[in-house]
Amino acid sequence: MTTRHLPLLGGHPRELGGTLRTDAWWVGPTITVLVFSSFIAYSTWALFQGAHYYAAPYLSPMYSPLLLVKEGVPGGAPLEHAWFGAWPSWWPEFPLFPASPALLILVFPLSFRFTCYYYRKAYYRSFAASPPGCAVSPGERPAYKGETGFLIFQNVHRYALYFALFFIVVLGWDAVQSFSKNGQLGVGVGSIVLTINVLLIAAYTFGCHSLRHLIGGRTDCMSCGEATVKYKAWKGASWFNGRHMLFAWLSLCWVGFTDLYVRLVSMGVIKDLNTWS
Amino acid sequence: MSTTRKFKIWRGDAQGGDFKEFDVDVDPGMVVLDVLHRVQARQANDLAIRWNCKAGKCGSCSMEINGRPRLSCMTRMNVFGPDETITVQPLKAFPVIKDLVTDVSWNYRQNKRIRPLKPKPRDADGEHRMYQEDVDRVQEFRKCIECYLCQDTCHVLRDRGGQDRFVGPRFMIRLASLEMHPLDADDRIPEIRKEFGSGMCNITRCCTEVCPEHINITDNAIIPLKERVVDRYFDPIVYLGQKLFGISKRR
Repeated sequence: MTTRHLPLLGGHPRELGGTLRTDAWWVGPTITVLVFSSFIAYSTWALFQGAHYYAAPYLSPMYSPLLLVKEGVPGGAPLEHAWFGAWPSWWPEFPLFPASPALLILVFPLSFRFTCYYYRKAYYRSFAASPPGCAVSPGERPAYKGETGFLIFQNVHRYALYFALFFIVVLGWDAVQSFSKNGQLGVGVGSIVLTINVLLIAAYTFGCHSLRHLIGGRTDCMSCGEATVKYKAWKGASWFNGRHMLFAWLSLCWVGFTDLYVRLVSMGVIKDLNTWS
Repeated sequence: MSTTRKFKIWRGDAQGGDFKEFDVDVDPGMVVLDVLHRVQARQANDLAIRWNCKAGKCGSCSMEINGRPRLSCMTRMNVFGPDETITVQPLKAFPVIKDLVTDVSWNYRQNKRIRPLKPKPRDADGEHRMYQEDVDRVQEFRKCIECYLCQDTCHVLRDRGGQDRFVGPRFMIRLASLEMHPLDADDRIPEIRKEFGSGMCNITRCCTEVCPEHINITDNAIIPLKERVVDRYFDPIVYLGQKLFGISKRR
């Protein structure tokens, strides 16, 4: 029988990342960092392009709803697609804020995803290491306040949800329009890509914890002994809620893929297979 | 046929301690608690272990096995590799009494802070009524065996010393079971926020991952409570609705 001295009571390491776990607990956070970082890098680049976001009849979901359109941009949408007309001529050419319609709507999907209860877990663990994993030490740090201090703003999630529900309608309409080109019904690979995109975003949104709460969870008597719409809706939201992480990742990746597809078609790099040509 | 396996078991008390290594004969079908009992019988008669039912229902034999909070009676030896050294240590979130036994009395004190169910008035016919659909979600929380693995893995209690500001996942589900109960008339939201510290949880879900009863602590208890706190304190539309139209805060 041998003895090995450890400095702490109970033998629990306290340095950042310290643990006696022998499984690959770090794989999940590492994948999260890689996928998140890749998406952030690509989407930031794509959002700042302000071009090649439209290839009739496909509109990139990162640019929808299209509030203003700058004419004459390669791969830009025609003016009639803009909700509020042409990009103002007085808009100065800031290098950090180019004339990109995507930047006008960025705050809505960004706030919804950033304050999402699932994504909080993902980035608190992976980026903030708070903690890096279960029973893995976050190291010695200043006083922890959780979501009672600066992070109290996470409570705006339900307001981000209201906009996210509106975005489902907008992206759904984009998907419907993608089956019509020059007044002629048809289907292309892009139509399917856009349709899958809105379905995944809807599946992610319908599993939102705030939505589940607002449609029924906030009451103690959801059914009151009857098959109420409220109770059925709560059950449905609970089904999606159980798959919230799955749809969060699928919808995130698919949004990036959809933008890339529309961009490559718009740039002429790939050809969209469809029934119109 | 038995095989010899290597164990590292933390031995000590409130003054300090060390890991000590043991080579133990392990028979097929054994769980970690069986092995610890064999160590106790053959090599270290004074090894302290808390246990009771050996069936995963009493919640007594919680400890950390290879760094993970687990019930030793439900951790089968065949989940480990044949040459893997198995490290066993006490729960981190609670003070060590001796060896693998910790003082979990802090949890009992938290439990006493929670007011019991305050029944609503009876119906006109003198009966209390509630419906299965409405109590399904609070019945999930009744599965809790009070093993305190969730308390141990919660980093607020485990690593941040937040015992004075957060009651922990186990008691968040107890609070949820009362707050969501169709017959409970008490208003618990202010204390859930201020005294029991719902805002201290940052949703990292470790409590749900370690629960041996598979209670969905985060999605079904903590987040719904946080949302009810948002209703009360952080949602101006709900607040205005309550003020203007007298919408009931509870049903």
